[in-house]
Amino acid sequence: MAKIEENVPSQVEETSDDMKMLDDLTNSEYKWGFITDIDSDTVAKGLNEKVVIFISQKKNEPEWMTEWRLKAFRYWQKMEEPKWANVKYPPIDFQNISYYSAPKQKPQLNSLEEVDPELLKTFEKLGIPLEEQKILSGVAVDAVFDSVSVATTFKEALKEKGIIFSSVSEAVKEHPDLVKKYLGSVVPYTDNYYAALNAAVFSDGSFVYIPKGVRCPMELSTYFRINSQETGQFERTLIIAEEGAYVSYLEGCTAPIRDNNQLHAAVVELVVLDNAQIKYSTVQNWYPGDKEGKGGIYNFVTKRGACRGKNSKISWTQVETGSSITWKYPGCILQGDNSVGEFYSVAVTNNYQQADTGTKMIHIGKNTRSTVVSKGISAGHGNNSYRGLIRVGKNAEGARNFTQCDSMLMGDKCGAHTFPYIEVENESAKVEHEATTSKIGEDQIFYLNQRGIATEDAVNMIVNGFCKEVFKELPMEFAVEAQKLLAISLEGSVG
Amino acid sequence: MLSIKNLKANIDGKEILNGIDLEIKTGEVHAIMGPNGSGKSTLANVLTGNKSYEVTEGEILFEGKNLLEMDPETRAREGMFLAFQYPIEIPGISNATFLKTALNEIRKYNNQPELTPKEFLERIKEKAKILGLDDTLISRAVNVGFSGGEKKRNEIFQMLMLEPKFVLLDETDSGLDIDALKIVSSGVNVYRKPTNAVLVITHYQRLLDYIVPDYVHVLSKGRIIKSGGKELALELEDKGYDWIKTEELEAENA
Repeated sequence: MAKIEENVPSQVEETSDDMKMLDDLTNSEYKWGFITDIDSDTVAKGLNEKVVIFISQKKNEPEWMTEWRLKAFRYWQKMEEPKWANVKYPPIDFQNISYYSAPKQKPQLNSLEEVDPELLKTFEKLGIPLEEQKILSGVAVDAVFDSVSVATTFKEALKEKGIIFSSVSEAVKEHPDLVKKYLGSVVPYTDNYYAALNAAVFSDGSFVYIPKGVRCPMELSTYFRINSQETGQFERTLIIAEEGAYVSYLEGCTAPIRDNNQLHAAVVELVVLDNAQIKYSTVQNWYPGDKEGKGGIYNFVTKRGACRGKNSKISWTQVETGSSITWKYPGCILQGDNSVGEFYSVAVTNNYQQADTGTKMIHIGKNTRSTVVSKGISAGHGNNSYRGLIRVGKNAEGARNFTQCDSMLMGDKCGAHTFPYIEVENESAKVEHEATTSKIGEDQIFYLNQRGIATEDAVNMIVNGFCKEVFKELPMEFAVEAQKLLAISLEGSVG
Repeated sequence: MLSIKNLKANIDGKEILNGIDLEIKTGEVHAIMGPNGSGKSTLANVLTGNKSYEVTEGEILFEGKNLLEMDPETRAREGMFLAFQYPIEIPGISNATFLKTALNEIRKYNNQPELTPKEFLERIKEKAKILGLDDTLISRAVNVGFSGGEKKRNEIFQMLMLEPKFVLLDETDSGLDIDALKIVSSGVNVYRKPTNAVLVITHYQRLLDYIVPDYVHVLSKGRIIKSGGKELALELEDKGYDWIKTEELEAENA
């Protein structure tokens, strides 16, 4: 990291750094594949009202929360699993999943010293030593280990500014009014099958509240990790930016190797009021399954932000390299006049990975603008679909959208698909869609070879160039991480 | 420096090089001329290890080492540089990133320390000046949106930056106006030293007015059919390729 600060075009150092890291990472199987040996408190497999109540009680939730979960569960029972995504997988037995797992630990933690040392070791392996991060990076970390939030740092500094950064469980107890007002207001439990499931059984997640006029002084970050075997992980995140507030939120994920597929159905809700902005960045690296397509995480996520206020803005940036199946469409509801929605995405599918991902931009207010930049990379037998909806309502005078959707193919057994949906009800709207599909060029690789750059590095360079428009939207340390992940994900896919 | 013996090569089963013999010594500039389809570009690609071409017979020694056993990047790191006839675009990667990576790979291979950012920037400025290139070129993506002339100049710029031992210029003059031709040639002449060597591949004599060769070879149907001094190029210009072909036919019939 320190090297990047030198006074040269920053790309230079990043890439050569990246090349060095590549040496260490070549031939490594999924690097984060280890299982932490600590007692977990896991509920028996299966899902019914008792389980929902059990989860709610386990978390000492007030009655209104339990009721909300039950309503969601009852609704979910009446719903059908969606089949429209361009992905294939065997039927999921929802009764064969355990819906709650929490590491056993002392109930109240006042400092890191009280955290189970095994947990701390896990974080170290993941490269996030909390103590060091506190000092070095200025990133506040709310680490989610399986289902329970175990450590929160920087709380005091944030508290001074009136910022709330806690687990959702805690927020339910400490800030019930805020939670009642906003939870489910962007993604109601009736929204879709997995959103309903999440509402019924969600385990934990992050809660962020930025008060009026406050610019969050640091990037907030959460690391998710799925640890117990066959435990579905149901995260729920809620971020609220009041008038004139700003926050940048980072979400990074790793998970250990599993033989059985694991279901992950998260919900993220963002609410932005007048002149406020939320920047939400994700690097997703869950276990993608092995080279034969065995195992891996099913990542069925609902992420949506509501630009409720005028001049508000939401940016989604995602780098998706993991999971065996990804089903994810971070969207923006552009309600406030002049509000802005952005979506920058890199999705990689290698071996037998499948991704059906994209965005929804719903233009409601006047002069609302949205930008969509999607980069899909398919290698091996990977199958990558972009699915995006641009909807301009009849009152969205002067709405504008620009969508750029590029696919890169490596090898001849992978697939790339584009499913754009455009619905325009206002004549003054301007909607542009550009799409390209290219094969990684032998001639490009040879050109780089001829300048002394080996094929593996050449491929990384070409792919990084292809994804640059997205990477430049990521915070610096995340961009470096993203480049590393991309390199690992595409190892050995050409040549 | 470079010794080619009875080199035969094909692409998609079609024989293009049909027994090339060529010796290039340190400090020399050779030119290979020939009509379209004579195998000029194939020779450049085979020398640099393009896997689309298959070598079926022969031997290439580069500073005594067997070139045919090396992959393309090793050849480059050993000091071989090809200025491409059609330089390739790499979107999203700046010239700076590209050159710094290439330079460090080559230096690492030769047990030299990496350049410091300051040294790297100084070298960029120095070399860009020789070619009259704008400093902003360095932050632009490799060859993306470059005009034909800019692409060719960028090739020569890369050559000056990487300081190879042996340079192949593949039709570097094609698509250049006279001013650009002069600039590109002056870049090559700055590079010329008693410690390195150049092989100029060209269709036209024009380039050789500016990059004056020690030897000129005429390639036809995958073989060198005539060799001589720089005056051979002028003779060719004067009489056309048919002259050589006729001469050769007569020799065969005799």
